[in-house]
Amino acid sequence: MTDLSKTGAAVGEPVRAGEPPRAFLEVRDLKVHFPTDDGLVKSVDGLSFQLEKGRTLGIVGESGSGKSVTSLAVMGLHRLGSRGKNVQMSGEIWLDGKELVSASPDEVRRMRGRQMAMIFQDPLSAMHPYYTVGNQIVEAYRVHNKVDKKTARRRAVELLDRVGIPEPNKRVDMYPHEFSGGMRQRAMIAMALVNNPELLIADEPTTALDVTVQAQILDLIRDLQKEFGSAVVIITHDLGVVAEIADDILVMYGGRCVERGPVDKIFYEPSHPYTWGLLGSMPRIDRAQTDRLIPVKGQPPSLINVPTGCAFNPRCPYADVPKGGITRTERPELHEVGGGHFTACHLSQEDRTRIWTEEIAPKL
Amino acid sequence: MSETETGAAAAAVKAAPADDEKPLLKVEGLVKHFPIKKGLLQRQVGAVKAVDGIDFEVRRGETLGVVGESGCGKSTMGRLITRLLEPSGGRIEFDGTDITHLGVGGMRPLRRDVQMIFQDPYGSLNPRHTIGSIVSAPFRLQGVEPEGGVKKEVQRLLELVGLSPEHFNRYPHEFSGGQRQRIGIARALALKPRMVVADEPVSALDVSIQAQVVNLMDDLQDELGLTYVIIAHDLSVVRHVSDRIAVMYLGKIVELADRDSLYASPMHPYTKALMSAVPIPDPKRRTQKSERILLRGDVPSPIAPPSGCRFHTRCWKATEVCRTTEPPLAELRPGQRVACHHPEDFADQQPQDTVLLSVAKEAAELVPDEVSGKPGKPGKPAAAGKAAKAPEETPAKSSTDESQ
Repeated sequence: MTDLSKTGAAVGEPVRAGEPPRAFLEVRDLKVHFPTDDGLVKSVDGLSFQLEKGRTLGIVGESGSGKSVTSLAVMGLHRLGSRGKNVQMSGEIWLDGKELVSASPDEVRRMRGRQMAMIFQDPLSAMHPYYTVGNQIVEAYRVHNKVDKKTARRRAVELLDRVGIPEPNKRVDMYPHEFSGGMRQRAMIAMALVNNPELLIADEPTTALDVTVQAQILDLIRDLQKEFGSAVVIITHDLGVVAEIADDILVMYGGRCVERGPVDKIFYEPSHPYTWGLLGSMPRIDRAQTDRLIPVKGQPPSLINVPTGCAFNPRCPYADVPKGGITRTERPELHEVGGGHFTACHLSQEDRTRIWTEEIAPKL
Repeated sequence: MSETETGAAAAAVKAAPADDEKPLLKVEGLVKHFPIKKGLLQRQVGAVKAVDGIDFEVRRGETLGVVGESGCGKSTMGRLITRLLEPSGGRIEFDGTDITHLGVGGMRPLRRDVQMIFQDPYGSLNPRHTIGSIVSAPFRLQGVEPEGGVKKEVQRLLELVGLSPEHFNRYPHEFSGGQRQRIGIARALALKPRMVVADEPVSALDVSIQAQVVNLMDDLQDELGLTYVIIAHDLSVVRHVSDRIAVMYLGKIVELADRDSLYASPMHPYTKALMSAVPIPDPKRRTQKSERILLRGDVPSPIAPPSGCRFHTRCWKATEVCRTTEPPLAELRPGQRVACHHPEDFADQQPQDTVLLSVAKEAAELVPDEVSGKPGKPGKPAAAGKAAKAPEETPAKSSTDESQ
């Protein structure tokens, strides 16, 4: 929050394809489509963002908005297995000056785990039940470092200790099922951090955890980021979590970014009706207000038949405010509304300010 | 009756005729132990003490919220009061009838009055049945012929929960999570129950859909005069929907209070820690001088719960008495029952006992919200010592000490 001008640069100015990257992680016009029997599923359909080292980007959206697919795309995990043949990816992902979409699977594999690592939502299914936690961490370390088993094991114990697991010497030889949910998540964080990655992607890292454990894990991620100075992407549906941990926020809807900007802007001057909807539908523990919630009507869009025009138009209470039905015919592009704050909405600046200050803000 | 009336007035409970004041559901000393069996002879070697002696009541027309971490026994409690499980001990009284050990046949007439909404909208609907047959199942099972025929009634119910009557012949897979949850609600409401137990009704849903379902349940309560028991782990949701809230920890109720008192001044240290852990969607909080109590470790195993107060292994105020004696759930303030020897913001119940247990000093960390700055190991309790001092000073001062 100290350097707003930097924030602006981190969140993104439009960059032409092929140009060398300006940020540590730069995603440009990323598209990930899955052909299925029912039609083409456009999970991510033109997403761009930038992230600098030492900063945290929170990606928020409902299920099916494409947030997890984005993270898997960055990690290069879509080409694995049989599904790999069935994915159409385009766009560019630049990490530390290297382009990942066009890179060979081998190149990406060498970077995965070393330069970029991921924390998954469900640690029980993300860890191998047949190997001890220690073995799994050691494996991740030895793939990228030529060290003997003993050194690697020492490193594993050291990391388990760092992420706050008591008695790491004993725990290192235990199996994932012997850990509690919070411990497993810590072990997975240890595994992700074993090679000091510069980019850490956490996909719903605390969704499966209780609040008290969630607080511990968020605290840990925040501490570790300070310590290692890595870039962190947190994917979540919980606005409370991003408010606590993120520097910048990207709101996704129907496979596209509808709004992004510094955390303060998104919470105090949100400019997209979908973000308003998210804020209104959230029960809040910190407010005395306990009357009705203001839900977003309708259902999230199908990614096969994304509504024409603005994907949010069937659910948007203000879809008819801009003249000429433009919301139904023309897709709004991201444009800056000030201070590194971008929005993809047809509402004019005056309408937006009026609706926010007169209709939305008083009810939140 | 006059005695109870004055008591009720003092307790500032909703004014209502004395007869209606009788709770709809009354639970006393409810226990559920799941045996752990081992060996060839399947001898019992232990038990998971999922629910271990809880007392509470549900008043007519209210919403009782039940919160707690996973494994605290809240779902088991829900299944016990709907008698999907047989209690190992204690007593459940529904509307004056003892239902503790009623058999399947004995429960059947009562099933009309007590219904359940389940957490998983995918697992709780039979994928091979149409919506019509799912929602009409209660009528079939109870042999009820609603006015105007079953089909008409089912379509009315579907409309009531915001679905279209044309959905009658569709299958569950054709619906989204939020719509399925509505189907589950329609099924629960089919027989016009008096009490609905909802186990995590919205936790599988997206925020925007969650709000739709919360509002729907709210409207239905007003419309049909329902009594709800809502079990959830999300404290913001529970606060939004409940009139009174029970906080559970390891099979026990540690605090039971009106919503406003509970959230304004939680008295049990566990409640306080739980509430401070909820992430608040307000980035300004990060830079404010607020505090967060960060509990260490995990919930102990319910197979061998700690002696005395079950929270003493993680409590920063724990003293010797907490280890040896279980605190009773006592009404310390009107409408606020707490099971704690050293409650927050209140006269210490065991003032003679001031020496902290050694674990207490490591139990929790008071993190000023701008944790920042110190990249130190999380293993070091930063401010726990400060909090730990509290019981040594005048007990009433404990809160001021922490909120500095």
